[in-house]
Amino acid sequence: MEYIIHFFILIPLVGFLFSLLLNKRNEKLISGVSFVTIGVHFIFSLFFVSIWLIYGMKQIDFKEFSIFRSGNYDFYIDIHFDVITMTFLIVGSLLTFLVSGFSRFYLHREHGYKRFFTTLLFFFIGYNIIIFSGNLETMFLGWEILGISSFLLIAFYRERYLPVKNAVKVFSIYRIGDVGLILAMWLSHHFWQANISFKQMADYQSFNEHLSQHSLIGIIISLLIYMSAAAKSAQLPFSSWLPRAMEGPTPSSAIFYGSLSVHIGAFVMMRTFPFWEHQTSFRIFVIIIGILTSIFAILTSRVQSSIKSQIAYSSMAQIGLIFIEIALGFQEVALIHIAGNAFLRTYQLLVSPSVISYKIREQFYNFVPHQKTIEDSWPKRFEYTIYMLSLKEWNIDSIMYTRFWNPLKRFGNKLNFLTFKNVFIFFFIFMGIGFSLLFNDTLISKELLVYIPTFFAFIGLVSVIKAFTERNSVRLSWSLVIINHFFVALAISFNAHFDYSHILLYLSGVVVSGIVGFLCIQRLRGLEKWVSLDKFYGHSYEHPKITTVFFMACLGLSAFPITPTFIGIDLIFSHIHEEQVLLAFFVALSFILNGLAVIRIYARIFLGPHVKKYHSIAKRSF
Amino acid sequence: MEKEKNSKFNIDETIHRLKHYLPAQAPLKDFIHHNTLHAFQNLKFQEGLEKASETFGYKVYLSLKEYRAIYEKGLVNKEVFNHVISRKTDKYSMEEWTNRLLFQNFNEKIVPRIGKLKEHWKEIYHIDIESMVHPLLFRIICSFLDQGVAVWGFPTTNFGFIKSLAKLEKNSLTSFFRTERARNLLLHGTTDLKYLLKILVGDETLFEQYLFDIQFSHPGWSGIVSVIEEKPETLLDSRKITLLDFICFELLLEIDTLDYYFGEIWSPLGYQLKNKPLSLFADSKYNDLFEVYYTWQLIIEETYYQEVINAILKEDRIEEIEQKSFQALFCIDDRECSLRRHIEEIDSTIETFGTAGHFNLEFYYQPTLSKFYSKVCPVILTPKVLIKEINPDKKIEKDFHFSNIANGLILGWFYTHFLAVWSILKLLLGVFKPSDNSSTVSSFRHMEVHSTLTIENNLNDSKIDGLQVGFTVNEMADRLEGLLKSIGLIKNFAPIIYSIGHGSSNVNNTHYAGYDCGACSGRPGSVNARVISFIGNHSEVRKILKERGINIPDSTIFIGGLHDTAKDMMVFFDCDNISETHRLQHLENIKKMDAALEKNAVERSRRFDTLNSNQNDKVVHEQVKLRTISLFEPRPEYNHATNSLCIVGRRNLSKNIFFDRRAFLNSYDYKTDLEGKYLLGILNAVAPVCGGINLEYYFSRVDNENLGAGTKLPHNAMGLIGVSNGTDGDLRPGLPIQMVEIHDPIRLLVVVEHFPEIVLNTIKKNNGTLEWFENEWINLIVVNPETNEAFMYMNNKFEKMKVFSVEIGCLKNLSKEIKEYKENIPISSVS
Repeated sequence: MEYIIHFFILIPLVGFLFSLLLNKRNEKLISGVSFVTIGVHFIFSLFFVSIWLIYGMKQIDFKEFSIFRSGNYDFYIDIHFDVITMTFLIVGSLLTFLVSGFSRFYLHREHGYKRFFTTLLFFFIGYNIIIFSGNLETMFLGWEILGISSFLLIAFYRERYLPVKNAVKVFSIYRIGDVGLILAMWLSHHFWQANISFKQMADYQSFNEHLSQHSLIGIIISLLIYMSAAAKSAQLPFSSWLPRAMEGPTPSSAIFYGSLSVHIGAFVMMRTFPFWEHQTSFRIFVIIIGILTSIFAILTSRVQSSIKSQIAYSSMAQIGLIFIEIALGFQEVALIHIAGNAFLRTYQLLVSPSVISYKIREQFYNFVPHQKTIEDSWPKRFEYTIYMLSLKEWNIDSIMYTRFWNPLKRFGNKLNFLTFKNVFIFFFIFMGIGFSLLFNDTLISKELLVYIPTFFAFIGLVSVIKAFTERNSVRLSWSLVIINHFFVALAISFNAHFDYSHILLYLSGVVVSGIVGFLCIQRLRGLEKWVSLDKFYGHSYEHPKITTVFFMACLGLSAFPITPTFIGIDLIFSHIHEEQVLLAFFVALSFILNGLAVIRIYARIFLGPHVKKYHSIAKRSF
Repeated sequence: MEKEKNSKFNIDETIHRLKHYLPAQAPLKDFIHHNTLHAFQNLKFQEGLEKASETFGYKVYLSLKEYRAIYEKGLVNKEVFNHVISRKTDKYSMEEWTNRLLFQNFNEKIVPRIGKLKEHWKEIYHIDIESMVHPLLFRIICSFLDQGVAVWGFPTTNFGFIKSLAKLEKNSLTSFFRTERARNLLLHGTTDLKYLLKILVGDETLFEQYLFDIQFSHPGWSGIVSVIEEKPETLLDSRKITLLDFICFELLLEIDTLDYYFGEIWSPLGYQLKNKPLSLFADSKYNDLFEVYYTWQLIIEETYYQEVINAILKEDRIEEIEQKSFQALFCIDDRECSLRRHIEEIDSTIETFGTAGHFNLEFYYQPTLSKFYSKVCPVILTPKVLIKEINPDKKIEKDFHFSNIANGLILGWFYTHFLAVWSILKLLLGVFKPSDNSSTVSSFRHMEVHSTLTIENNLNDSKIDGLQVGFTVNEMADRLEGLLKSIGLIKNFAPIIYSIGHGSSNVNNTHYAGYDCGACSGRPGSVNARVISFIGNHSEVRKILKERGINIPDSTIFIGGLHDTAKDMMVFFDCDNISETHRLQHLENIKKMDAALEKNAVERSRRFDTLNSNQNDKVVHEQVKLRTISLFEPRPEYNHATNSLCIVGRRNLSKNIFFDRRAFLNSYDYKTDLEGKYLLGILNAVAPVCGGINLEYYFSRVDNENLGAGTKLPHNAMGLIGVSNGTDGDLRPGLPIQMVEIHDPIRLLVVVEHFPEIVLNTIKKNNGTLEWFENEWINLIVVNPETNEAFMYMNNKFEKMKVFSVEIGCLKNLSKEIKEYKENIPISSVS
């Protein structure tokens, strides 16, 4: 049995790699490969699940292999299979299969036909890694893949303004979710003094019930996991991204935001349920947020006048209920609910263009002017207030904006003295100070030494804030992201028992991707007059190759699992001591922002309306 | 055109001008093709396009690369090429022209005048006002106009837009605004446009330009508001709204945004400008590039026109058919062009006619159980008659996936738990075995075969909503007479005369109304076809016609039918009570029609990349039908794509010529209309209807992102009135790329068979029609039936056309030869 499970990830992986090689004009082959790959996966799933059911539904859990090991740190892949995985496997495989079949014809003649199907397969790999994951590390791997494929599909129409803008927005929320997982990994590593699997987590908790109930760390770990789950499943306060993600072709919206991607948060909660089962206060918290989300989403859904946002909010309301069911411990109910919601919303979205002819016809025959709704019985003032709030989506979106992003931007603008020319001077000065302190740390008093890592992490954070808010120089912004990684590395170096090979591992990916990215920028600057960050430039129109290479560099620099930096990030965290909360916070925030800064650079230079307007370009508001 | 406005700002004039330039597309259910750049139609085509591009930044021609690619492919007639540039040698020599057209590099970047004033918010104030205002504005306007997507509709719609908002705002604990000033302005009704502009812009000479700037930053919503203001009846659930109200509210939101950033103290935009931007409609500079574009356009068009003329003039005229097996009247629609050819090919004794698909009838139609009437005649007509469908068995299918309940919280919980199995089953079937269901649009559902209609007016009937129920006998006779005379069918009647309307079937298609009959206001033509055949069979009507010189023998009957242009299927109405001989003849005829429909489907299939035309014809036809019910198929048919020609004349002119489904065919016999009385009526319809279709396709093709709707795959249905991308976007008027991708943007050529002087007099009778030709938005050629010479309408007169001889090929076994070929096929003969 164990041996077979590999195929669930291998099949889409092979399909994905194969489809990368195909000629982008060969539609039949491209979609054929996807369709067959996912079809085989689905049939294989059916077989596997039937056998598994016949042989008594025994939970499967095994350690696959270690990617990196050092001391008590062990980054390993762990596989887990139980009834939760089974449900997500069948639902996911079936829906992806149907949507790929649907898209074969639907996407015909669309620019980016190949991009669509390879991204779909890429997503499917990530999805399978997550649902089969047996530990947080493995899940994180899939999590990142899911995030990036979401970004790519929302920005599928990369020559228009809104898709790109919204893709960056959704990515920023996802990135917050990522940090939840990283911090959860960090804390649990300290909690158990080792990397452990979900199974071990659960066992540990049940053996130490008393302990866990009083453990603040336990609660914090749960909250961090919840943060990731809530971000992916659009629970409050991360809700507003869901309708805005509906920018890609309808089938991709259906599968991502109608069905699979949006239920992954629920999956995480179910997977970790044994861990927080005994944390009553946390469960109450989840229930309350679930209730609030449901109420918020259903009210907002009722006033939506566009079909896709209506479905998005209706789905969100059900996911709120699903979270409640999970927190109440009704696993089976939640699983059925997830499957049902996924099926219903996928179909609703796929037939959503029919709504005009259907409802116009219905109206033609059954029209009642001023149809009464329940709200008409409310007091006017109350009714109007709720209506207006719902129409404004309860200001969720603008609150995120004004409370989080705007202060960051204001702070970044204070750093306008930094330029590409002088930034390295600052860099070397601080680095110089850093190294001299590092090699003479015996001379510094113990009290002071505690603050030094935090200080350098803060410098790193400042540099990445500037990178994120820089409005002109691409090179400055890119350099600052690299610099950020160096300061983080420096900061961690001050922590005791430290192995320099870890730093090397961490920075290797950063340096390589940094240089590749730099070369791309230089090349583009040679070819184009305008390369800046003040607006979208859309250079992918003329330079698709540079775009691809630069995108890979971006992934590398933001610690995506294609370079060792991916493990490095987790490793770096494992060196942050449990009590260095501020340090962890700075490094985590840096992690969020450097990903955003990098994606922002990519989006601004290569995506959006093409700056050379010699061909048909959509208006900004389209 | 417009004089530079330095004079005082006049609200009414400005609003009027705005409405003139905004997109005029109605809500999708009433989709009617029209010239996208109708606002520039008072100028010559060349001038108007240049002006439109310069002012609003539209791309109005193909790119040079595309033109040159056509040339490279050898699709340009060299003689025509030289001929066209030889007319332009005042500035450049022939060699220079050749070089400019073929090799010289031009910067094709479009830098419009629109938006230049508004840009200064970003440049001077460093604020992205659009991103703050647009999302909320779009949400509010969409909710206000929404026809039934939202479960909980806008609570106050009865008072007009701005008053409704004020009422809402007043009785609420929250606000649409972030600051006080704008809110108070709304609450106290101080929403005078001038006052608001004073706050925002200050300088009165800039007011109009500012309004254009902000309205054209979201032309979709502004356009629909303007249309609804003009034609409130276009919404079933009516709304009182004016463009002025909409603009005022937008300005309030802008003031609010600025107050939010800067407090109430900021200087109006107009006072901060160093230089005033160029006025929108200031005179344009001579633009070399546009001259090159236009020259290319002329060359491409004339290459095609030469083909047409060669084919028409060369063709040996066919003798009058003596024994006709049947006659059939079809719509002028270009999609019927090939079907008629196939029918005639199957049996050469069949005579077909083309005429506008409302069959000279104007009325409202009310299906059984419906609460509204649909207009089934050209949009410009205002009918006085209502025809009702009576069908006691009618059922309206429902689908819970569209119902509000599935989106509720508690019932939604129930649905997701217990009924979602149904969703996944439907999805499975939808992907692997598409079938007809309640989400599909079927032309046959417009009026069911077994229903009856109230066609004849009963004097006792009282009027309904001011409409007379049914036509009186005299009215019927007038209409039939008009129809028959205009197509020249006044003698030699066959035993059966079919009148065939057309409609289309499709699914998951927001633009469904654009696929039906344009002459029936975007509805299927079944009712009209059935009504005209009823009239034709009416004994009293025949008596009157006999007095007027049209003697329809008793042995002749009329049968109405409907052709589904996507499925290539037909149904016929009222065939139960016909005589036995007629019944047998009819059965024979159906066989022929079916054979023709199958051939037609095969011919159409060559354009579909995803369909293999080289299978058995029956299989191909089945697959063509399948497209119309497949959820995943964005191209059920290609509609009017590739249209390029309209022939008004006897069938002789066009018979046995392969026009590749690009021609609108209107039957007309100059001999029955020597003064051009009926011709005027025909041209009055041809110019706006065929011209409108042609130009909408033209512009949606050349600038699909701005004048078209872009790709339909991400479209989101907004309030049942339009589509946008995603959830925050502006409405997208125009045609999606999936409808126009194969279209070659060339202007319609109208060919009329008559004497030039008669045609000249005729078109001068209606200025509206004249404008189309005079300003060259469509071209007109007259073929003199006696001398067989062609004259082109140029500079207000007909000039004898220079005809270059073009080889007209012959397609022997039509379907075999063309199956493999996806591109346009040159005009050929098929006999």
